[in-house]
Amino acid sequence: MTDAPFAFEMRRIVKKFPGILANDHVDFACHVGSVHALLGENGAGKSTLMNVLAGLYQPEDGEIFVGGKRVAFHSPQDAIANGIGMIHQHFMLVPSHSVAENIALGLKEPRFFLNLNQLEEKVAALGKQYGMDVNPRAKIWQLSVGEQQRVEVLKMLFRGAKILVMDEPTAVLTPQEVDALFYTLRDMTAKGHSIVFISHKLDEVVSIADHVTVMRRGKVTAAGAPSKGMTKPQLAKLMVGREVLFQIEKKKMQRGDVALAVEDLCADNERGLPALKNLSMQVYKNEILGIAGVAGNGQSELAETLTGLRQPKSGKIIFDHVTLDSHTNWLEVGKQMAHVPEDRAAVGSVPALSVAENLILKNFNRSPISSGWSINSIAVHSNAVHLVDEYQVATPSVDTPARMLSGGNLQKVILARETSGNPKLLIAVHPTRGLDVGATEAVHKLLIKQREAGAAILLISEDLDELLSLSDRIAVIYEGQLAGEMPAEGADIRAIGLMMAGAKADV
Amino acid sequence: MNANELTSLAAIILFGALVSGSPLLFATIGEIFAERSGVMNLGLEGMMLVGAMSGFAVWANTGGMALGLLAGAALGALFALLHAFITITLRADQVVSGLAITFLGTGLASILGQPYVGLRVPQPTSLELPLIGSAAAEQVALIVLGVIFAPLAGYYLNHTRPGLNLRSVGEYPAAADSLGVNVAATRYAYVLFGGALSGFGGAAMSLVTDPGWVDGKTSGLGWIAVALVIFASWDPMRGMWVSFFFGLLRRLPLDLQNPALPLISTANNPQIGRMMDMLPYFATIFILILGSRKAMRKRMGAPAALGNPYVRGERGL
Amino acid sequence: MNYRIRIETRAENPAWVGVISSILGVALSLIVGGFVLRAAGSADPIATYREIFKEGFGAPADWQAGASALLANEPCPKGMLCFGPLSDTLVKTAPILLTALACIIAFRMKLWNIGADGQMFLGAWAATGVAVFLLPKETPRVLMLTAMALAGILAGLVYGAIPGFLKARLNINEIITTLMLNYIAYKMLEFFVVVGPWSIGDFESTGRFPTPATWPRLTELSKQIPITAGLTIHPGIFLGIAAAFILAWALYRSRWGYEIRVVGNNPKAAKYAGINLSRNIILVMALSGALAGLAGMNEAAALRELNGRFPRGYGFTGVIIAWLARLNPMAAIFVSFLFGGLLVGTKLIQPQGIASMLQGVILFVVVGTELLFRYRILLEKKEPAAQTEAGDAQP
Repeated sequence: MTDAPFAFEMRRIVKKFPGILANDHVDFACHVGSVHALLGENGAGKSTLMNVLAGLYQPEDGEIFVGGKRVAFHSPQDAIANGIGMIHQHFMLVPSHSVAENIALGLKEPRFFLNLNQLEEKVAALGKQYGMDVNPRAKIWQLSVGEQQRVEVLKMLFRGAKILVMDEPTAVLTPQEVDALFYTLRDMTAKGHSIVFISHKLDEVVSIADHVTVMRRGKVTAAGAPSKGMTKPQLAKLMVGREVLFQIEKKKMQRGDVALAVEDLCADNERGLPALKNLSMQVYKNEILGIAGVAGNGQSELAETLTGLRQPKSGKIIFDHVTLDSHTNWLEVGKQMAHVPEDRAAVGSVPALSVAENLILKNFNRSPISSGWSINSIAVHSNAVHLVDEYQVATPSVDTPARMLSGGNLQKVILARETSGNPKLLIAVHPTRGLDVGATEAVHKLLIKQREAGAAILLISEDLDELLSLSDRIAVIYEGQLAGEMPAEGADIRAIGLMMAGAKADV
Repeated sequence: MNANELTSLAAIILFGALVSGSPLLFATIGEIFAERSGVMNLGLEGMMLVGAMSGFAVWANTGGMALGLLAGAALGALFALLHAFITITLRADQVVSGLAITFLGTGLASILGQPYVGLRVPQPTSLELPLIGSAAAEQVALIVLGVIFAPLAGYYLNHTRPGLNLRSVGEYPAAADSLGVNVAATRYAYVLFGGALSGFGGAAMSLVTDPGWVDGKTSGLGWIAVALVIFASWDPMRGMWVSFFFGLLRRLPLDLQNPALPLISTANNPQIGRMMDMLPYFATIFILILGSRKAMRKRMGAPAALGNPYVRGERGL
Repeated sequence: MNYRIRIETRAENPAWVGVISSILGVALSLIVGGFVLRAAGSADPIATYREIFKEGFGAPADWQAGASALLANEPCPKGMLCFGPLSDTLVKTAPILLTALACIIAFRMKLWNIGADGQMFLGAWAATGVAVFLLPKETPRVLMLTAMALAGILAGLVYGAIPGFLKARLNINEIITTLMLNYIAYKMLEFFVVVGPWSIGDFESTGRFPTPATWPRLTELSKQIPITAGLTIHPGIFLGIAAAFILAWALYRSRWGYEIRVVGNNPKAAKYAGINLSRNIILVMALSGALAGLAGMNEAAALRELNGRFPRGYGFTGVIIAWLARLNPMAAIFVSFLFGGLLVGTKLIQPQGIASMLQGVILFVVVGTELLFRYRILLEKKEPAAQTEAGDAQP
């Protein structure tokens, strides 16, 4: 296998976004007829790299060779013309159209009259050839996720793609569909196709890939190593790394009573697939429980069910000895429960209203902010001035519209609003995402302060460093369940990494 | 009234419905195309009015009816271009832009149409039809045009490549974009097309179906067209049927003025006539209510991307 | 070309942008209007504009004469010219201010109430019904007018709540429903006064209202204050101004106003804050309708009879005023006054329809310039094109 020529090579690829170096002189090469896994955490740069390959991004520097020939792609069409097709996590399929129509979209021939019958026959034949049975007449919305993925693959094969890049293909599949997919992949490589398989799941990588490249923070930590020789702990270490942690001042605290108890919680995600599967946990006062995990394993759904934004299918949520369900008055609960959502602008704030008006979003209905029908503007103002000062929000004035604030300051506003009521429970989801060092530190300090004030804190984050330094206990969420709960102090990073990637800790 | 007279009356009413519904047909199908690409065009009323006025004006000055119809289409397309630029390139709110176009078109048509109010109208070419008697050849031609156009439009939409591109752009522009379809160009094209058809429909009103120009000629037809698009589930053939149905509703008060029907004749009961005038508008609301209850919305309903400007995401598609 | 044009959203949006774009919008539309006027045959657009101003507001010389006459408590030396135009304008301002306020409250929650016209008609209808057919002719004026106002408000409220309900419960597009209801309202009024139960004999009208059902005019004071002779101002304008103040207070100072602003700006955050969306939709539409209904009563009491010529279009003017005023009730007072002047000033101007066209142009230009300010147009260097020549590469 290692003697096979390269299907493509990427050399010294540099890709920047504002404030982020996503790909730092990355080399990546894939042999013809092999499955090459690209492994890494969120934000490692793997999707970016593949987007460059697929013609979606143009790199600032570096070169790409396909079949030995130097190429430059300015659009996905260029990449497809060179035989490279990418299948994204979010399928690019029109739900109300049929399989054949989706595959036909954008083709050069036929020019005007769509001969759908002919097309359908061709699609069916192609599907048979690759062992992927799809009904070319079926509408996309009628298909299961696995079948939709097959359509995406066929779409690329129809256009003559020799190289397929699949971004987290198993994220949405059932175990049986995963098996079927792997079978298909093996078949395709036997036919001479090359596959790049982006993933964060170690088990699958070890099972399907011939070679593995691991990326971390924009750099390659292991290039094209034959996967046979790697152990999961090795891979985990390459993924997660070992770094000097910021030491945060954290008092040792005796944890208090249970503030939040979750029992066997089951919930579906937007698409109707199970996102939480019998999840159970307890969060105690004076304690930070950190939940680690790669995005997409149920974190959003967990936060949403706990804060009333999503109805769980079954299970119990008990907050402060009161069961929360569909009859709960969330406005009342909101007095005791604080939520710092993962999407600041979309859910957490009202961009056109002023900072002061944002700060009263949770308590505008109560005194001293309002009495009778009217809102006491003096109270609003002094409340805002007080909070802005206490939380050190940098804003020209409390009357500035919230959308003019930087991400970090907006986050502080949200935190100020949520924590100023001395909540019993604080749920923070990716609270420092997109924030600079200073803002991050401020947020961390705020969380610690709440912990000392007696709150129970549920911290969901993708940042392991943050979790390790802030949490008292750490658990890992993987495919809707909590795996491996342990004290944060002295926690084994490798074990955590393994759990995040789905492998059992004892391997 | 004997059987012959009854059949004759029915034929006349039917013919009237087809005539009255034809302008609506063009406006509705035009808007169907625009909305299928994902752009909502609330300026239809303005475009129709501008089309009606300019069509009449051009005819009055040149004597060419075909020229007038073309002028109407051209003006409609021009206004549509404005709307397209504001909503597609500048990504402004489609609702506000559409409303502004309506105001603009209404006002412009009102002012520039001043000298043409009450002017002599085109004389229809007489044609003898069975059952109906004497009819205007131009009106027959218009009906035929519409009846041919609708199925062609349907075929285009569902069985050709450009039609596939159009539908994909309106449903999931990112998917179309990822496969090389130019989303913006597609939207521009069909918004303009829709505007042209609306302008044509308006001109057809002032030149063919109800010759003459008065201020506010279309009396809300453009708005009805917007609602009909929903009722027609964004399908051109359905659009044709509902347009003719509404043509019937609009004509009914007029047709029932026949004194041979003393009981329901609107000539004898002007009050009933007025109430019937309200029919098309009530019907519109009614069908909207019906339409909302259909859980089919997801499957065979609004183009999924309708009303949303398309922006290719910074981080890829 | 190594450069290309990129359109990028501005991060900041200072308040002056809105004001400037409004002013620019009006200025630009006057220019465009001038061209249209030329096309329509008017020889000198600027003279036309001057005429319009004079008809709508009067000439400064006349104001001076009027001011001195007022101080001396003498009649106006120029007949009705001192304050006549201003008075007529204020009369016109009243209903359009109310419809503008109706639009403002609805648009604040992104509810596009285009049906203010129809709601106004319903209000006029209800007020007339109460005045002419319900209450005895001798009812004291204050009582009569109050009853009419209440009727107008109630009718408009219901007529606005209907599309509100349809939107809240069935998610039916309120633009179309309010529009259709407009036409239904027009027809309904026609039905009653032209062919139906309210028409007197062969006249398509209810006939003149009993005096208590009409607004008292300033001119009724002309015995004591001679300058007021012929001035038609009536208390209706105060209804409008009071409504503007109340609305401003409600929007910025009340709890409900806060809810409305949150919902209108970010429905997700509103839901998160526990604000009830569907209830607010119905309430806001009802309030919007009520304001427009009040405008209808205002106009009915001013016209002193109800007939087939009841003015259409005030509801749409309200839309434009609301937009120009940036959805600010206080600003609406000023803008309505200007528009009132426009409406009065263009009444005798040929060609007719100038006001309508100008309105359209204004709205369009304002929308356009607002966008121009929302975006920054950048000139930026194209990315260096990567070489595509075939090179040798090691396998």
